[in-house]
Amino acid sequence: MTEFALLIGQGFNAVSVASILLLAALGLALSFGLMGVINMAHGELLMMGGYLTYLTLQYLPHGIGYPIGMLVAFAGTAIFGAILEVTLIRRLYGRPLDTLLATWGVSLILQQAARSIFGPIGNEVTAPAWLAGSIRISGGLLRGLDLPVSRLFIIMLSAAVLGLVALLTTRARMGMLVQAVHQDRSMAEALGINTRIVDLLVFAIGSGVAGLAGSALALIAPVTPTVGQSYIVYAFLVVIVGGLGSLLGTAMAALMVGLFSAGWQIFTSVSTSDVLLLVFVIAFIQFRPRGMVSIRSRSLEET
Amino acid sequence: MRRIAVVASSVGMLLLLFAPFCIGAYNLSLLGRFLAMAILALGISLVWGSAGILPLGQGLFFGLGAYAVAMHLKLEALGPGEIPDFMQWNGLNSLPWLWVPFKSGVFAIAASVIVPVLFAAALAWLLFHRRVGGVYFAIITQALALAATTFIISQQPYTGGFNGLTDFANAFGFALSDQRTQTDLYYLTLLILALSFLGSWWLLETQFGKLLRAIRDGENRVRFFGYDPAPYKVAVFAIGAMLAGVAGVLFTLNIGVISPAMIGVVPSIEMVIWVAVGGRESLIGAILGTLLVNFAKDKISSAFPELWLYMMGGLFVLVVTVLPEGLGGLLRLLGPEPEESRKTLAIAPVVKASEEVPRFERQETPDQLKKRMNGGAVQ
Repeated sequence: MTEFALLIGQGFNAVSVASILLLAALGLALSFGLMGVINMAHGELLMMGGYLTYLTLQYLPHGIGYPIGMLVAFAGTAIFGAILEVTLIRRLYGRPLDTLLATWGVSLILQQAARSIFGPIGNEVTAPAWLAGSIRISGGLLRGLDLPVSRLFIIMLSAAVLGLVALLTTRARMGMLVQAVHQDRSMAEALGINTRIVDLLVFAIGSGVAGLAGSALALIAPVTPTVGQSYIVYAFLVVIVGGLGSLLGTAMAALMVGLFSAGWQIFTSVSTSDVLLLVFVIAFIQFRPRGMVSIRSRSLEET
Repeated sequence: MRRIAVVASSVGMLLLLFAPFCIGAYNLSLLGRFLAMAILALGISLVWGSAGILPLGQGLFFGLGAYAVAMHLKLEALGPGEIPDFMQWNGLNSLPWLWVPFKSGVFAIAASVIVPVLFAAALAWLLFHRRVGGVYFAIITQALALAATTFIISQQPYTGGFNGLTDFANAFGFALSDQRTQTDLYYLTLLILALSFLGSWWLLETQFGKLLRAIRDGENRVRFFGYDPAPYKVAVFAIGAMLAGVAGVLFTLNIGVISPAMIGVVPSIEMVIWVAVGGRESLIGAILGTLLVNFAKDKISSAFPELWLYMMGGLFVLVVTVLPEGLGGLLRLLGPEPEESRKTLAIAPVVKASEEVPRFERQETPDQLKKRMNGGAVQ
């Protein structure tokens, strides 16, 4: 295996991690941008998606079971997200810091519930046959490079989701409404848009995407009650670096954070790369306090 | 209201003074530990309750103070030329340079306060002067707590890793196992808590405290008045970190161990809930909330560990949705309205064109003027 192939392999892994981060951060960024709300239980939605996929596979044959499991994960977490929005988050509108604490409480309850139901040890989701194995490159510059199909699938999945969401927000009527509310909530309200429904829908879809991320993550790691926790802080950093402006910012930030931490892990340990990542984020917002892509507006938010 | 607060805190102080004679050694050590944490809670009340900055990484500053004194205690237990046991297990032969100055107790105590303050001030300045605040700031402090704990765990030869630092024999010449030392430590903790409480109280009474509340309620308005909010926010965050560092020192002395599990993301956010339970704006509330939640945790989590986590989660949700002012808010329902309520800061009503604009022709006594102002537009 050549040095170069090793490097490409690392890069490939980094991109696949980044694409899960992207899926996890997408819902977070959407609802943060729209409502100014940070959902600390977002990581637990990821976990829930993983468990829903696991449960589906208990009852269905493997080949067809996994895609259905993904749909179940999406639908289940989207419904849960909608319930969460209506019962809790809506009540705390305009109090972002309080929302943060309340949703942390929700995440504690969900984690403990998962521990009580499924036990503290991870549950394996074995990939179906068409996702198992890997593509091996046997010749040329990249000789010996091993690309697991499941990781390739995850990358394609997140690209597809990103494309779909982008298409929805720019083409569909609902997406236009979302953009309008994002840019100027009170003006949109004045024009007769029901912002509550827009909020609810965005939150539900964001939760669903997190469930999908959990389902994808289950392919490469066992589902544990704390799986969400390990991803969520990075997802937050992605949101901070990406800014509230656009999907593009979130996508670029996810790639950047994923590549940065995976890149440093080659040279140093995981913990050192964590510290460096944080230093990088703090340095980054020195130059772009509003993130990579931000909406310019003349309004002065009182936050 | 203020009279009630003074009476309540005096009674509480008296009770705490006599506690060593009334409760057993185990409960006393718990109480000492929780009183140390209450010092940290005062800091959170200042930073969050008064200045509106949510700190999710106070465990880090607490840990800096705690580790500074723990390093000294670890070295104090050694004979000449020896190095701590965990360093030997990890293949170190001599004391790392970072540890050397901690042989001096004075240095350790100074570092336990100065290091958190400098660190907090630098971080806060970097973020606040770029006007990064609110949720962003909260998330970054949380990420910091995460990074710090993983870093400490990974540097096992230098930090003791996951197990942390423990097995202290003496603290500044006093035997820690001695019951007498424990009682003295309790009184020391109580004294420092009382001083921190009075200091925080005084701080909130000053112009500085007033500005903090103004920044919380309308940062941009404060800017328009010509103040730069950043230095005030940096200062209060540094004060919060100082109180956290002091709490860390006293906590370590009381309990005799410090480990990354006590300073990470989860403990850090739990610290906020103590203050939320007591009432974020109330200093007494911060102390009471800390004692209440911690005693409940100790009693319930040992009997029903699963139940406690559900309760903790429920507590977060309930306090925020139902009781945003915590137990202090409950008390306020009983007492009269506070003199300076936030609601009265609303925008002044516009005088209608048809109404006559009040003019200052009549001679008014100051009392009359005050009455008119309070009943009318300007506050």
